[in-house]
Amino acid sequence: MSESLNGKGLALVPKAEGKQTLKDFKSDQEVRWCPGCGDYAILAAVQSFMPELGIKRENTVFVSGIGCSSRFPYYMNTYGFHSIHGRAPAIATGLAASRPDLSVWVITGDGDALSIGGNHLIHALRRNVNLNILLFNNRIYGLTKGQYSPTSEVGKITKSTPMGSLDKPFNPISLAVGAEAGFVARTIDSDRKHLHSVLREAAAHRGTSLVEIYQNCNIFNDNAFEDLKDPDKRDVITLRLEHGQPIANASQAVRIAPTGGLEVVARDSISPEEILVHDVHNPDPSLAFALSRLDEPAFQHVPIGIFRSVDRPSYDHLMSEQLEMAVAQRGPGDLDELLQGGDTWKIN
Amino acid sequence: MTKQVQQLDRVIIRFAGDSGDGMQLTGDRFTAETASFGNDLSTLPNFPAEIRAPAGTLPGVSSFQLHFADHDILTPGDAPNVLVAMNPAALKANLSDLPRGADIIANADEFTKRNLQKVGYDVNPLEDESLAEWRLHSVPLTSLTVKALEEFDISKKDAERAKNMFALGLLSWLYGRPVEATIKFIETKFAKKPEIAKSNVAAFNAGYNYGETTEAFSVSYEIKPAPLSAGVYRNISGNQALALGLVAASVQSKLPLFLGSYPITPASDILHELSKHKRFGIRTFQAEDEIAGVGAALGAAFGGALGVTTTSGPGVALKAETVGLAVTTELPLIVVDVQRAGPSTGMPTKTEQTDLLMALFGRNGESPVPVIAPATPSDCFDAAVEAARIAIKYRTPVMLLSDGYLANGSEPWKVPAQAELPDISVEFTTAPNGDDGTTFLPFKRDAETLARPWAIPGTPGLEHRIGGIEKADGTGNISYDPNNHDLMVRLRQAKIDGIDVPDLEVDDPDGDARVLVLGWGSTYGPIAAAARRVRRGGGKVAQAHLRHLNPFPKNIGEVLKSYDKVLLPEINLGQLALLLRAKFLVDIISYNRVRGLPFKAEELAGVIQEVIDSE
Ligand SMILES: Cc1ncc(C[n+]2csc(CCOP(=O)(O)OP(=O)(O)O)c2C)c(N)n1
Ligand code: SF4
Ligand SMILES: [Mg+2]
Repeated sequence: MSESLNGKGLALVPKAEGKQTLKDFKSDQEVRWCPGCGDYAILAAVQSFMPELGIKRENTVFVSGIGCSSRFPYYMNTYGFHSIHGRAPAIATGLAASRPDLSVWVITGDGDALSIGGNHLIHALRRNVNLNILLFNNRIYGLTKGQYSPTSEVGKITKSTPMGSLDKPFNPISLAVGAEAGFVARTIDSDRKHLHSVLREAAAHRGTSLVEIYQNCNIFNDNAFEDLKDPDKRDVITLRLEHGQPIANASQAVRIAPTGGLEVVARDSISPEEILVHDVHNPDPSLAFALSRLDEPAFQHVPIGIFRSVDRPSYDHLMSEQLEMAVAQRGPGDLDELLQGGDTWKIN
Repeated sequence: MTKQVQQLDRVIIRFAGDSGDGMQLTGDRFTAETASFGNDLSTLPNFPAEIRAPAGTLPGVSSFQLHFADHDILTPGDAPNVLVAMNPAALKANLSDLPRGADIIANADEFTKRNLQKVGYDVNPLEDESLAEWRLHSVPLTSLTVKALEEFDISKKDAERAKNMFALGLLSWLYGRPVEATIKFIETKFAKKPEIAKSNVAAFNAGYNYGETTEAFSVSYEIKPAPLSAGVYRNISGNQALALGLVAASVQSKLPLFLGSYPITPASDILHELSKHKRFGIRTFQAEDEIAGVGAALGAAFGGALGVTTTSGPGVALKAETVGLAVTTELPLIVVDVQRAGPSTGMPTKTEQTDLLMALFGRNGESPVPVIAPATPSDCFDAAVEAARIAIKYRTPVMLLSDGYLANGSEPWKVPAQAELPDISVEFTTAPNGDDGTTFLPFKRDAETLARPWAIPGTPGLEHRIGGIEKADGTGNISYDPNNHDLMVRLRQAKIDGIDVPDLEVDDPDGDARVLVLGWGSTYGPIAAAARRVRRGGGKVAQAHLRHLNPFPKNIGEVLKSYDKVLLPEINLGQLALLLRAKFLVDIISYNRVRGLPFKAEELAGVIQEVIDSE
């Protein structure tokens, strides 16, 4: 029975009557990010995407933590909850688990999701509540004015690391795949079309979807993703992941390495049959994980797109099923019967 | 041989043995028999934090104390009249609590050289004269059990294990307890292992018959039923009552209950109990940590559920930031703190009242939260309903302060009918509340309660955003305006200060006492029992007990000021005293013990008498 919702992330959310537009999703609040911040592009992309879902606006909720990115809900004319640092996945879990009729979106940053909220993130992913987590990765702490983050490259010079940061960063995609995530994708603030295509699939996935969005912080970590935007470099570096298609661009291609992992080689050095064909539905996460490691060292070749989209029953649905089963087996709860249960005796 | 039957008005029995000896189960069964017989009773389990400390050692001793009487009683009793000691460790660990002349029933088989050595006895105390001042019954419980079970097809180990049932049978005879329910209980418990079921019943019966026939016990006792008011009763522990109270709150509020919780002693049983009641639409969520537990509960509350989180002190520390978020977003939330001995891990299975100031002030910013403390195990039911009432009506997190003593202790509870419970239902906001008839103001308050509207996702036209950043009065938009912040801080405080709590009642039978003994939470029983003792001895004392610790009852200042002296016993270093002194300028006399154990009535009676005498 749980399987029937596979690929139908919005099946239980009521449909909107009439057509919605971008304007419907804009709140009356003045947007207060720094001019030029990548968050603007993501906001515009999300606002223009939401009408496409065709669900009731009032059944849409954006929940965020703390950070520049987490101001996002204030700008969406939906229900919204700007919570506390790192805890949005937990708060959204309670909301989505108790209200399957809602489309719940979590907005979080690299510090919010991977530092203070790391524990909630990994557990949300393995638990698979019907949530869409958008992780705005600018590889820096924006709101606190520029300290290095858990996705900053080693040696990052910031106010808190004047001689360079020492700790190895997380790769959010590897982390998510390792945390049993069913849906894992990466996209970039500057590519609205790609962003839309990924959001579409994330919303359709029933369970927790993690979308890493490369986001430029032009104040504290400008041009962190410049190579992916530079017209000369981007087509060489970017590896678009498309289900059923060979993983390759004009010059590079991915194949299974003799060691068993994946490797990127010059496209013309191998035959077309050798190029790995992407299968987002592969139940074995090994290849998705190996794909996530291809950008080591960073930005030589960066897979963009959906790494993994594998269905399994969502937690909220299984939870509802248990409640239904309990009622089916013994009938709905009766308070008097419950209170008088156990060993009772009567005094006249 | 006919034996003499002696009348008693009350008895305190302590069952003590190794953690593996089944003493909690034995105690529970004896309690159930006693309850169904109609005595009033009160119980106190006491067990180590370790699941199985090394067998036969002092840290491994687990005990269960039961006080039962032909009249209404208030505590599990100060000192046992009877100690059942299943091994030398149990004897050694409990003897100092046992008044001279009390009965000791010791399992002689376990007093072997090795077991004696483990706890430092050079000579077997059952055989020298060291116990001469007590009435010692040295009974070979293990071998008698094994002998009684010879004909059963079970291992020697299984036979030996049934010795607690033999002991239970013996005690059941000694105090004339009804046995049918215990036999039924054993049969159900071991339904899948019929041979074990039969042998345990046989061991129980053998113990009973042993009492009847042996010359070692010449007297049995009768304790008449207590004259309780008419009704249906059950024996209930604090944790169980609290869980049922939450179910009742869900039914009476017509809100689905969502529990977000992370296991911790002594609160886990609430999670366990609520997990059984899915038929009531209750969702129980075992989170990755306490922060996620309360976060999920708050998220569910935003969605229109009755959000609850249950924990103990260390968990409350972790939840603080989220409770602050609930304060400022003004959403209903119930935070249950089953207090235990701290700081840090402290003594997880022992009781304390040391989280009061944390509950009141343990958050950043001006962050007022109502605090309610139940007085007895069964009162946890009503306190839970009351916590939900306040949370829902005023849209606020509420702290419910139980403790280890209430959680695991039990007493008879007159079961209420649903029809007697308050209606605490709420109307979600479904229409714009702005003067223009179209805007929605999520922070426009109810004139009387100052509560803000609760509009849940799914409601068209009322889409709005809330969060931890300061909100403009009315609109709820982000605001850094200094005057607005000052206003919001004061409004949030005024809302909590204005909560309708009942007046503090004073119990002063003669009406002319000059000394008031005040308490809060689980000290009710010992304080009330102590006040009775003092009054029996001719002393005059008034008693009052606080259930609402924030806001205080409106008349509390008046009550405090109308006595010459106010004595306040607390199982902390004077946390409530600090507050009362600060708020009402009353020179409270504190009495504080922080031993992880409840007060004893005799101890408190002495303290009360001293204060009276010093008048
Ligand atoms: C409990 C707590 N600790 C620290 C902070 C301070 N703080 C706010 S945002 C932030 C980091 C934000 O970084 P990120 O999640 O990457 O978001 P960004 O601003 O880059 O979008 C920190 C440390 C806080 N608000 N709360
Ligand atoms: S600090 Fe960086 S992330 Fe934050 S708003 Fe400014 S540009 Fe954007
Ligand atoms: Mg960041």
